[in-house]
Amino acid sequence: MNELLTVSFSVNGRRETVTVEPRYTLVDVLRHDLGLTGTHVGCEHGICGACTVLVDGLPVRSCLVFAVQAEDRSIETVESLGSPDELNELQRAFSTEHGLQCGFCTPGFLMLLTAFLAEHEAPTDEEVRGAVASNLCRCTGYQGIVRAACAVRDARLRARAAVGSDPAEDAAARP
Amino acid sequence: MGRGQFVDDLDRRGLVELAFVRSEMAAADISRIGARAALKVAGVIAVLTADDLAPIAPLRAALDRSEFVATEMPVIARDRVRHVGEAIAVVVADSRYAAEDGAESVEVEYRSRQAVASVDEATRPGAPLVHDEAPGNVVVDVRWSSSPAIDEVFEGAPHVVRAEVSTGRLSALPLEGRACLASFDERTGQVVLYSSTQVPHTVRTAVAGCLGLDEHRVRVVAPDVGGGFGQKCVVAREEVLVAAVARHLRRPVKWVEDRRESLIAGFQAREQRYELRAAVGADGSVLALDADVVCDVGAYSCYPVTCGVEVLMAANELPGPYRIDTYRVHARGVVTHKAPIAPFRGVSRPQAALALERLMNEAGRATGLGPVEVRLRNLPTADEFPFRNVMGARYDAGSCRESLVKCAAATDAALQSVQKQARARGRLAGAGLAVFVEPAAYGTSAFGARKMSIVPGYEQATVRIDASGSVLVMAGTHSHGQGHATTYAQIVADELGVSPDKVQVREGDTELVPHGWGTFASRSIVSAGGAMARASAVLVEEMRRIAAHLLEAAVEDVELRDGRLAVRGSPASSFSVEEIAKIAHHGSNRLPPELGRGLEATENFDPEGTYSNAAHGAVVEVDPETGEIELVHFVVVEDCGVMINPMIVDGQVAGGVTQGIGSALLEQIVHDESGQPLVTSLIDYLVPTATDVPAIEIHHIETPTSRTTTGAKGMGEGGAIGAPAAILNAVNDSLSGLGVVSRVPIRPADVFEALDNGSHHESTHQSAGLLSGAHDLGVPT
Repeated sequence: MNELLTVSFSVNGRRETVTVEPRYTLVDVLRHDLGLTGTHVGCEHGICGACTVLVDGLPVRSCLVFAVQAEDRSIETVESLGSPDELNELQRAFSTEHGLQCGFCTPGFLMLLTAFLAEHEAPTDEEVRGAVASNLCRCTGYQGIVRAACAVRDARLRARAAVGSDPAEDAAARP
Repeated sequence: MGRGQFVDDLDRRGLVELAFVRSEMAAADISRIGARAALKVAGVIAVLTADDLAPIAPLRAALDRSEFVATEMPVIARDRVRHVGEAIAVVVADSRYAAEDGAESVEVEYRSRQAVASVDEATRPGAPLVHDEAPGNVVVDVRWSSSPAIDEVFEGAPHVVRAEVSTGRLSALPLEGRACLASFDERTGQVVLYSSTQVPHTVRTAVAGCLGLDEHRVRVVAPDVGGGFGQKCVVAREEVLVAAVARHLRRPVKWVEDRRESLIAGFQAREQRYELRAAVGADGSVLALDADVVCDVGAYSCYPVTCGVEVLMAANELPGPYRIDTYRVHARGVVTHKAPIAPFRGVSRPQAALALERLMNEAGRATGLGPVEVRLRNLPTADEFPFRNVMGARYDAGSCRESLVKCAAATDAALQSVQKQARARGRLAGAGLAVFVEPAAYGTSAFGARKMSIVPGYEQATVRIDASGSVLVMAGTHSHGQGHATTYAQIVADELGVSPDKVQVREGDTELVPHGWGTFASRSIVSAGGAMARASAVLVEEMRRIAAHLLEAAVEDVELRDGRLAVRGSPASSFSVEEIAKIAHHGSNRLPPELGRGLEATENFDPEGTYSNAAHGAVVEVDPETGEIELVHFVVVEDCGVMINPMIVDGQVAGGVTQGIGSALLEQIVHDESGQPLVTSLIDYLVPTATDVPAIEIHHIETPTSRTTTGAKGMGEGGAIGAPAAILNAVNDSLSGLGVVSRVPIRPADVFEALDNGSHHESTHQSAGLLSGAHDLGVPT
């Protein structure tokens, strides 16, 4: 039970090596061993999504993954997004659209929607709502979260339209 | 980002983690607690039971009234447990993993007792007692009648209509559970408790009281709080216990509730039953209302509001917005072997509205007036305000009729737009309404009338302008998602004539802020907002006096305009707020002795109470083959007076409605007959997700109140109050003629049962819509 394993992965572009018990979850290692407390723990059984991080670009419940499973993977947490003085596009949209109240679920939603909007260039409102339904928020009733994601989608579509249809330029316009 | 600071994000040198050993039985005596195996687990530092800790007094929440039986809530069980999840021992270890390993290894031997896990079981003659001091397991028993002649009113009434409803047991389910980090400060001799609470000063009082300490020996800090919704407006036993362990070990100790603990042992709410009868005149007016209410309050009485909180609110507020002159109520609180209840957004109002609004629909059906017109016949008209209802509540200003008419029109339009298509797909469509008032921001007089032994209600705020001209506001409330940093800054900035970004708001630290009651009952913007507006006004007066001295003018002639103080009509020579602040601190030699010793004021506000009102409308589609209910549209027309920040108002409405949707269709904690909770994870406890919530159409009417400094009324709970009633009425409308559902959450099985029990299936069945029978809707009065 208490044997220790050493595991290495990249977190927000930094190589990290930790020695942990095999049963330690990724979220606990991010929070306790690496001090990245922005990723929250809401249920520890994969329902609420507050612990969502990106593993190789895909959203993952970090409470359902053991840290040792992340060997050689690339992990992004909410700390990789904008800072208070320089919020990124999605964070700004959460702010202007009132996409958060208590803020506990927010890091999970930000990471979830970062991946969703990277993968889907022009989702319908319904598809956005379906993606938002992956995680739980107990405060907002999701209205502001859906609006924020739609606002980012619209802004990116406008930016792409302004740049034109040249695929190279199109990719460059993507943040 | 990720820079929030919730309790679990905090660290301390030498920190140890705590896990609880919790009761596996609902009713038992503890015959032995064996710690030996646990102490051998790697990483375990200590196993502590009640006998190991210095005596901790139980929490005792009382009402000073004869209908109430006070009971004690032990902070840690010594020889008896009364619900599954009650704490029996704590294990302290160098990690949470090790602490939980240790907790699993603690051996507890029980002698089981017979559990009573429902109101019916608990009130059966000869039932075992949860508390020996509460005969019949009844802890609150309130009877009230406005008139001895009520039975005669019923006998002579053209119509008598009935409604019975029951509501499921819920968890408020803040996404961050409860969490504590306690330490003992050797230098000050203080226990310092960081806790995820809505009420830091109340927690301080409880911790100090239970541990036998002077209050100033306890400091409570609430950092970022991940939702509360009432569950954190009462004191948790764990808050006292973690503080006691830190004092005992002289080490920082952290406990973070996991979801299973939260669902099993956290405060629950709302398991109630209503039987209502109304005498209705031929013209649709409700001549009398007769109510029987039973609340399952669980095993203990929550501190400080007591387990009477649901019972008394149900009895007091049931008549709602209506002009009902004759009212009789019998309301009881029954103890059972389940986790104790606490307030949850709206407390008893969602259930009371559920019962009353179902009854109003029955009255509309019996009289042929329909749901809108029958409500209009009973709602006060504009010239009846200020309106005093049968329980003496004084509604000073409101728009019940206008909001109903507007909401009915929007909801009916939404029904019409889906009805045809729904029928084509073999689905039943229906619409439902709910009208309610939201009493909020109670002051000391209202809480005092409830006869609480601890009377909350006032609020204090300190406003300090420092030498740089920036403003610090300190209030005894605590934001956990309500946006106080925004709205408080707006209120103070408006008064002081500075930009809101110059204003910083601090809450949630008993060493820093004036004594206050925290954030619950939709009180913050009214109570703390009022206090800080008053404190700001005191500072404006002070700044005018300083400016008058410097300008060699009379104080009456100096005004604050656009952030500058100048003699009225002579704006050329003036001082900015920043300049006055600098002089008040650093240039007081230029001022007479009574001026210029800093700029700080503390004021309080003790509100009379406000009454927001709203109408909610729901449109549902029901699949008679599967029993599935889809909420397709939701309308809110609300009136909270002046909106300080409309975006935050809408956020509170949408969040409340979503919780209402959860309680109407999804959420319930179920126990078996032995008191074992059967819902212990979010796999079973279904919180609404984004696809369970339609886009919510929100309209506002602004009827200001003169009872607050800003004209704003408390409004944090309304969303949760009206939604279950509107949804239940919509489901019954969709089934109308086919059967009746009388419980929430409404499960597919309830739809089937209603259809089975219904008179007959009609293939031509269709909701008549909301507006049948309604007259002259265009001209609300």
